[in-house]
Amino acid sequence: MSEDKGRPGASGVRQLKYREALNEALREELRRDESVFVIGGGIGQRGGSYKVTVGLLDEFGPRRIIDAPIAEASFTGAGVGAAITGMRPVVEILFVDFTSLIIDQIVNQAAKYRFMSGGKGRVPMVLRTQGGSGNGLAAQHSQSLEAWYYHVPGLKVVMPSTAHDAKGLLKSAIRDDDPVIFIEHKLLYMTEGPVPQDEYTVELGVGDIKRGGSDVTIVAWSNMVPRVLSAAEKLAARRIEAEVIDPRTLVPLDKQLILESVKRTEHLVIVQEAVRRGGVASDIASIVQAEAFDYLDAPIEIVAGKNTPIPFNVQLEKACVPQEADIIEAVQRVLHL
Amino acid sequence: MYSRQFLEELYRTVYTIRVFETECIKLYRQGLIIGYFHPYLGEEAIATGVCAALRKDDYIVSTHRGHGHCIARGGELKKMVAEVLGREAGYCRGRGGSMHIADLKTGNIGANGIVGAGIPIGVGAGLGIYVRGGDQVVAIFFSDGACNNGVFAESLNLAAIWDLPVVFVLENNQYAVSSPIEEMSRIPDLHRRAEGYGVAAYAVDGNDVLAVYEKTTEAIEACRSGKGPVMVEAKTYRHGGHHVNDPGLYMPEERLEYYKARDPVKLAREHLAAQGQCSECDITTIEQQVLEAMEQAVEYAKDCPAPSVEEFLKEVEQN
Repeated sequence: MSEDKGRPGASGVRQLKYREALNEALREELRRDESVFVIGGGIGQRGGSYKVTVGLLDEFGPRRIIDAPIAEASFTGAGVGAAITGMRPVVEILFVDFTSLIIDQIVNQAAKYRFMSGGKGRVPMVLRTQGGSGNGLAAQHSQSLEAWYYHVPGLKVVMPSTAHDAKGLLKSAIRDDDPVIFIEHKLLYMTEGPVPQDEYTVELGVGDIKRGGSDVTIVAWSNMVPRVLSAAEKLAARRIEAEVIDPRTLVPLDKQLILESVKRTEHLVIVQEAVRRGGVASDIASIVQAEAFDYLDAPIEIVAGKNTPIPFNVQLEKACVPQEADIIEAVQRVLHL
Repeated sequence: MYSRQFLEELYRTVYTIRVFETECIKLYRQGLIIGYFHPYLGEEAIATGVCAALRKDDYIVSTHRGHGHCIARGGELKKMVAEVLGREAGYCRGRGGSMHIADLKTGNIGANGIVGAGIPIGVGAGLGIYVRGGDQVVAIFFSDGACNNGVFAESLNLAAIWDLPVVFVLENNQYAVSSPIEEMSRIPDLHRRAEGYGVAAYAVDGNDVLAVYEKTTEAIEACRSGKGPVMVEAKTYRHGGHHVNDPGLYMPEERLEYYKARDPVKLAREHLAAQGQCSECDITTIEQQVLEAMEQAVEYAKDCPAPSVEEFLKEVEQN
């Protein structure tokens, strides 16, 4: 059941939407393992706001597909308690912005239980949520908060950018014995990509080269990946070949993949949608400068969101998250063009 | 009427908790225990009565004042003392300490340093039972202080709408750290809040181990038969401040005297003597056995090595 890249045109590969791929992952794991159950607001009858859980209630019934009241802290805590006692809950929080309500259960409980119990306890829970800006949902429904969870020892952080990765990573996250924060992106749900017919998983901690190139390495995750790939095509027209690396999981981070690429290209641009201050990009930059300083031909460029709450107005919203033009400019700067 | 053997077991547990706390406070004063230490002195009857009513395969969720719950569930004194001394042989390999002891072998999901945070976790253990099927139950210990936290209300509602097999054991010691319940709630009889969630609730004398046992037994029967959650409010009083370094000067002398006159150890001893027909001599023998067991646990723990820093750093490297 090794990873299949799902090349389009290969036999047994379909085009699936990101949300359909996630639905398949849930369905397969619910069938495979009776200890898996799903809990969240509006996930049963309604099938979830982004339709990820559509049809699960019909197949698995209300004991395993559980509609919860708007009581995030407690139904997340219930996930933690169920996980400690042998279940594999998938808890859905509608927006990553609302995870502010569950911070205690994630940070003080789920993340620390294994450690505090001297290694005897386990919290095999997945927290599924989605973040990001791009469709006018304003300051409390558009954030990119992965750095909060990246910061806390004991949590794994997954941020898939394609349908293929979303499915394979969610299956691995459900099978993992530690708490996993699985952050989807609202603009990716309707994107399509090749997904193998046969069962597969994507290992946590293994990044992926989304595009090969020799002139500059661009690291990006979640919805910044398609944006970077599009920028890379424009750069290619000018004979600049960018290597695009999607770590897919921020914790554990596939440091080697990034370092090896940087050693080849000698230039690094990191693109994150989240605000610049205290972000994951800064941490990746610090790792690369410490471990591959001699290979770098220019200072590392970080393209990130502005240090502001996300505004409602569409033009203002665009102005504070990285756009294709920002990425192209950063690549030119790093290459001294 | 209860058998002598049963009453002996109750008394042994109540007395063990008393001795554990008393001896640990001595170790604390000697500088061997550091950090926070929240004694369960004065509340021993609640953990003992509740756990006596539970089955081996049931679960409990404990609190920051959790030593009593762990002991009443059958936790090992040696591992407990080793943990509060921060030793490798402790329950949490010296990484958890007093506030984080968990013992999954006895169904003890664990103590918790965050007031109220264990309540949804216990509801989750109940949810797991609901999803799996079966007739286990979960006893969630929490305090009057936790009742004013949001997760209390949320969790009560979750357990109610899904008919979860959960006994909410409200240990009302009448202080949220140092704040008296009358100032923190307009209605100090906190179990009355349960009605608003459709949860049956009872009040019980938290200092009388038999009263706690009887009421919890009733509650557990209801839970096991699928009638949904029940709350038991056990009124009690700490014998001292919030933690070992809090003299509790805010606790009125006369109220403390009232509760000390109804000391749970004294009441359990009286039950054993009267109902159990146990002689003074036999009771003293039990007490002697408990003291010896604790002495051995302390000796054992003192001899245990501290966790290896090198090994710890190696583990951390993998994160």
